[in-house]
Amino acid sequence: MKKLDRKQMAARVARDIPEGAYVNLGIGLPTLVADYLPKGREIILHSENGILGVGPKPAPGEEDEDLINAGKEPITLLTGASFFHHADSFAMIRGRHLDYAILGAFQVSVAGDLANWHTGGADAIPAVGGAMDLAVGAKKVLVMMEHLTRQGESKIVERCTYPLTGARCVDRIYTDLAVIDVKADGLHVVETVDGLAFDELQRLTGVPLKKTLIAA
Amino acid sequence: MINKLVASPEAALADVPDGATVMIHGFGNAGMPAVLIDALIAQGARELTIVNNNAGNADTGLAALIGAKRVRKIVCSFPRQADSWHFDRLYRAGEIELELVPQGTLAERIRAAGAGIGAFFTPTAYGTRLAEGKETRRIGDRDYVLEYPIHADYALIKADRADRWGNLTYRKSARNFGPIMAAAAKCTVVQVRETVELGELDPEHIVTPGIFVQRVVRVAAPLRKAA
Repeated sequence: MKKLDRKQMAARVARDIPEGAYVNLGIGLPTLVADYLPKGREIILHSENGILGVGPKPAPGEEDEDLINAGKEPITLLTGASFFHHADSFAMIRGRHLDYAILGAFQVSVAGDLANWHTGGADAIPAVGGAMDLAVGAKKVLVMMEHLTRQGESKIVERCTYPLTGARCVDRIYTDLAVIDVKADGLHVVETVDGLAFDELQRLTGVPLKKTLIAA
Repeated sequence: MINKLVASPEAALADVPDGATVMIHGFGNAGMPAVLIDALIAQGARELTIVNNNAGNADTGLAALIGAKRVRKIVCSFPRQADSWHFDRLYRAGEIELELVPQGTLAERIRAAGAGIGAFFTPTAYGTRLAEGKETRRIGDRDYVLEYPIHADYALIKADRADRWGNLTYRKSARNFGPIMAAAAKCTVVQVRETVELGELDPEHIVTPGIFVQRVVRVAAPLRKAA
């Protein structure tokens, strides 16, 4: 079995984003997706802090403190980009105008519940940002995460033990082992990495999976 | 003649009382009115409630205000950052209160205050611990949480250009919370890079009309590059 590394996961997600899509990339792992969007597709990236048409990182020395993304990293703009204030930005999110939100996760449940903002630790300082708005607002919520914790436990669970970001909001899960659709009747495995049989994925995951493999 | 231009940041903030609710514009450092915050620190008001997306970065601006122990409570969406050590220290010591609000709900609560809305239902946070204890309602086929506006005594804003009526333009993603905070506060104080004659700002390009602005201070700070 060949697990996907972070770049391969980003490339896998990027492949599924169609021409003309409006997309928000969460901070962390999802931000990598921007580097792998297929050339020749016009895909418009949204940033919570009031930008449509986020472009690549600026060249060294070309950074502008007034031009940053939601992760507060310097960016550039695509031709055709626009600026707007925060209430408009979240109207785009909450008002179901964004086609995709791509989010990291600690856990996803079989019902599509998402936990990605708080470990619940007593000493942890909670920070939520725009995650809860994206979870309820985007037309499709795609999650990117490693399939297993460092201890080898599945991050796809019967019920989230971490505090929820949103209930029943995840549409598809991309992990380093598989692509899994969340549907009303359960989790459908549509793809596994090379050399990983469905039965082995099922053993690692723990919760019931359905075999709907498009390509093995 | 209307003239909202004020001679100095100190003069613009002289009347901020202890216990005031102060909105501070900015997303990280983009749009943060650092000169006004420095003047607020020097002015000495205490027990402030601060509304901002974050809880300060490193040792300047909002972080310095928090570090100076002038803030009793902060209302924000994302306090935890690699360089939010002033907030982290006071929060863990129980010396600052945190009201954590999802970012879109924060923006809409600010917008609602400026727009005269009494409360609103949002789907955000339904079923999560940030909605615990709040009124909910099922409308159509979705569940919503009742949220109330956030009003402020002052808003401190950084804009790009202003005229003497207080009409404002912003620069790039430094617009963020500026337009909605300007409308939500009783007294909106703006630091700008440049002041221009009435009529020089194209009416098609004015982002915050002067009705939402009370005081403008020109700050001759050069544009800095991001770190």
